[in-house]
Amino acid sequence: MYTASLRALVDELGKLPGVGPKSAQRIAFYLLRIPSEDALRLAEAIIAVKERTAFCPRCFNVAEVDELCEICSDPSRDAGTICVVEDPRDIAAVERTRRFGGTYHVLHGALNPLEGVGPEQLRIQELVSRVKEDSVREVILCTNPNLEGEATAMYLARLLGPLDVRVSRIASGLPVGGDLEYADELTLGRALEGRHDV
Amino acid sequence: MSLFRDTGIVLRTYRLGEADRIVVMLTEAHGKVRAVAKGVRRTSSKFGARLEPLSHVALLLWRGRGELDIVNQVEVVDQFWTIREDLERLSRAFSMLEVVDQLAQDQHPDPRLYRMLLRALGVLAERSSNPILVAPAFFLKVLALEGAAPILDVCAACGRPEAEGGLVAFDLHEGGALCRSCRRGRSMSAPALALMRRILGGELGRVLREPAPPCAEEVGQLATEAIESHLDRRLRSVRTGAAL
Repeated sequence: MYTASLRALVDELGKLPGVGPKSAQRIAFYLLRIPSEDALRLAEAIIAVKERTAFCPRCFNVAEVDELCEICSDPSRDAGTICVVEDPRDIAAVERTRRFGGTYHVLHGALNPLEGVGPEQLRIQELVSRVKEDSVREVILCTNPNLEGEATAMYLARLLGPLDVRVSRIASGLPVGGDLEYADELTLGRALEGRHDV
Repeated sequence: MSLFRDTGIVLRTYRLGEADRIVVMLTEAHGKVRAVAKGVRRTSSKFGARLEPLSHVALLLWRGRGELDIVNQVEVVDQFWTIREDLERLSRAFSMLEVVDQLAQDQHPDPRLYRMLLRALGVLAERSSNPILVAPAFFLKVLALEGAAPILDVCAACGRPEAEGGLVAFDLHEGGALCRSCRRGRSMSAPALALMRRILGGELGRVLREPAPPCAEEVGQLATEAIESHLDRRLRSVRTGAAL
């Protein structure tokens, strides 16, 4: 029905997350219809990102090959504060708050005993070396507030405890704009525990 | 296609799409249930933290034509705070959840397994309880429930009673403890044998209230090997938990 090259494109697009066979077909025909230079720009962008992107050797955020990431190479960032996150996408979330001027460390996952993910599968040793070698004052544990993220935070807190560094955990509480009535017990309980004077 | 109510314990969750999760639960009346919790990963989700693994919840579920049910409403019965805030208790709870996830069958009610898990988590959550023996005792009790409890009174191979030289080894392929002349598998100390007999012999409550004896670690290994042999697979959470 299709040519071999079109079939191959539909098949490849169909492997993308959230793209089913019907959407893959629609995107493939869209690419056929647009000017060649637009389609080539997309192809080049994919090649470039695969060839030139690696992980930052210091914090394991995405970076250009053999270079520090944008944040680690920015002299205005406070290297004495490290915010530990699970995934590079979490950095974008924290950056959007504009409330953090320190650096990051990406673990690339969280402890998950049921999936067999233990400390050695994560970038934990690298974090400990950073804390020991650089003059780090505070480590903020910013893993997801779910069971795996909490377990990771507890593990890191225990590991970093003996080192001369402040270890903090991001607060849990109620989303701004939400209704108290609908808050779950765990979140509301945490919010009460973490209350502060006004 | 209908709504149904049940209570359950969340065994594990998988990410689904952008913001959903598949929640695997052991329910009291419907056995193991897999249900989609829509939007649960968004901070604005009405489910919030209620569907995290380990939560004991009251549920309203929608059963459609598909394989997966849909979570409609959830209320928390118990969150087991003490377990969540203690890495050691948490890793032991994970191993119990993994065993139950392996054993329980989809849509096949097993109220005894459900009550056992609930009780074991309850004990693990008591601050006064010693967490070391809870999971091994749970494994042995689960084996007994499955009709696969290890033989501990006589030699599992030759049937000779303990008095003649003692039972000194443990091998699940033979069915349990072995005497000196039949010995194979791993060796087993007399206190470990006695402790396993007490656990399976109706003294579990008392064993868990006492301080953990020196042979607790050995019983832990024996019980883990026994349940792994029964499930015919290694328990990931036990291996990973040991590293925590």
